[in-house]
Amino acid sequence: MTEYLDVVDWSRAQFALTAMYHWLFVPLTLGLAFIMAFMETIYVRTGNEEWKRITKFWQTLFGVNFAIGVATGLILEFEFGTNWSNYSWFVGDIFGAPLAIEGIMAFFMESTFIAVMFFGWNKVSKKFHLASTWLVALGANLSALWILVANAWMQYPAGMHFNPDTARNEMHNFWDVLFSPVAINKFLHTISSGYVLAAIFVIGVSAWYLLKKREIQLAKRSIVIAAVFGLISALFLAFTGDGSAYQVAQKQPMKLAAMEGLYEGQEGTGLVVIGALTPNKKFDDEKDPFIFKIEIPKLLSFLGYRNFDAFVPGVNDLINGGYTYTDAQGNEQIALSAEQKIARGKIAIKALGDYNEASDAGDTEQMKYYRSILEENFLYFGYGYLNDPSSIIPNIPLTFYSFRVMVGLGFLFIAFFAFIIFLAFKQKLQNAKWVLWTSVFMIPLVYLASQAGWIVAEVGRQPWVIQDILPTMAAVSRIDASAVQITFVLFAVIFTALLIAEIKIMIKQIKIGPKDGGK
Amino acid sequence: MKRSLLHKVFQFYYQGFRSMTVGKTLWTIIIIKLIIMFGILKIFFFPNILKRNFNTDEERSNHVIEQLTHVIEQLTNPNTITYD
Repeated sequence: MTEYLDVVDWSRAQFALTAMYHWLFVPLTLGLAFIMAFMETIYVRTGNEEWKRITKFWQTLFGVNFAIGVATGLILEFEFGTNWSNYSWFVGDIFGAPLAIEGIMAFFMESTFIAVMFFGWNKVSKKFHLASTWLVALGANLSALWILVANAWMQYPAGMHFNPDTARNEMHNFWDVLFSPVAINKFLHTISSGYVLAAIFVIGVSAWYLLKKREIQLAKRSIVIAAVFGLISALFLAFTGDGSAYQVAQKQPMKLAAMEGLYEGQEGTGLVVIGALTPNKKFDDEKDPFIFKIEIPKLLSFLGYRNFDAFVPGVNDLINGGYTYTDAQGNEQIALSAEQKIARGKIAIKALGDYNEASDAGDTEQMKYYRSILEENFLYFGYGYLNDPSSIIPNIPLTFYSFRVMVGLGFLFIAFFAFIIFLAFKQKLQNAKWVLWTSVFMIPLVYLASQAGWIVAEVGRQPWVIQDILPTMAAVSRIDASAVQITFVLFAVIFTALLIAEIKIMIKQIKIGPKDGGK
Repeated sequence: MKRSLLHKVFQFYYQGFRSMTVGKTLWTIIIIKLIIMFGILKIFFFPNILKRNFNTDEERSNHVIEQLTHVIEQLTNPNTITYD
């Protein structure tokens, strides 16, 4: 059993490592593509060659990031087949279909039009080149859509039906999967976070030029484009963040409780703005969850349930059950305790086994009987793998602090963009050295915020790989833990080398500047 | 006509790659990365376990069902689970 848990932990660590490295490259691609498209649009509309030069410079940095980051996501798919084979089989075509669409779209849209974007200057018409740049931007974002739809399904499994003969979830409604409220919010929130990251990257690099008193025109124009794009994106990011949190409150209440360090639920719950959690707090001890906290009264109830007096369940409520909530059909229900869910999960798992034994024996009556029991309890299938009710609690400190880092920095970025726009229009930015240095140092902060967002999303949903249906421990393959340890180290080395290469080439290109920009 | 179009497309890519500056370093990185990923990692470290160990989907289903249902035996005595 210990060996088995080792495999689970190492597989989780490996997936986290590769996903986090992959996400270092992706958001810049998502946002910078649109910033370049805006710049090139101005060039085509005005005919001003300076805009072409500016576009080509950012295109070079886009190329560096794209080249280093491309295919890093494929490693995640390798891991599905090796480390997470039970999961890969269990999710069936729900995961396969979006990923296949993503692969085809990415290949045809991105690769074709990226070639035109890089090689096509002066070889194709201005308008065709511009269309290619826009299609690269749209293609990159549509690629992200399919991955995020698959991820959203894991957080809120919709549009599927479990087939006990094959042990696979089969999609019965593609549109329910694609347009689930979690998928829509996740997609919009994630891509807009990429736009904010790219905007800060452009402002930071441009600020460095202003500090060095070179490429003044490029820097000033790039800052204006990026700051306006960044401000709109950051406001939209806040809006979609609210939508995401609302969905979390409805579909993943334990994640919300972890995000807020909320142990005892209450009506009219406040939102903790900042706070320090009591170390080593257990869900069933008497310790105060917070050393200190500053909260806005009733705001969590409003954000989570659109009602200032709504009851928000805490960790203990979710474990003990007994509170009233409204289900997806709008009916009032009494929440089950974790123990009750675990018992029903075990019944579902046993029914699956008995169904298949009956199937092997050709006993159709028994098959029908066990199938009905399985379907009756399938909503709690994953709970059957847990023995201890406290297993449903994610890592609260990591989720709580990551959430505050993400949201805090998100609001800082809104103020930052607004301030940059103000200074730029007042013609005071160039001489405000502290603002320029701040802009440079915003670059690592936006990457931090971006990673923190994924930590909230993925750590906060533990122990589930598919919410309520499959915990990580049941999703993992029975393979040797040492094999996963070796590949963990290998990935750490490879990705670190790629990251160092990216940073070195990027810095070199920034130092060279646009004069040598191009391909 | 068809050949001319193909020729144009070929020339487009050929000239594009030839005139690259930063791109040459990037392509080197991409090629090394893909060789490591598909030539080493995928082959030696990341087999698709279900595809490698089983020949048919039925066998794969049975294996996963067994995995999903037998894990529970490590956690609890299945005889204590009743449908009542």
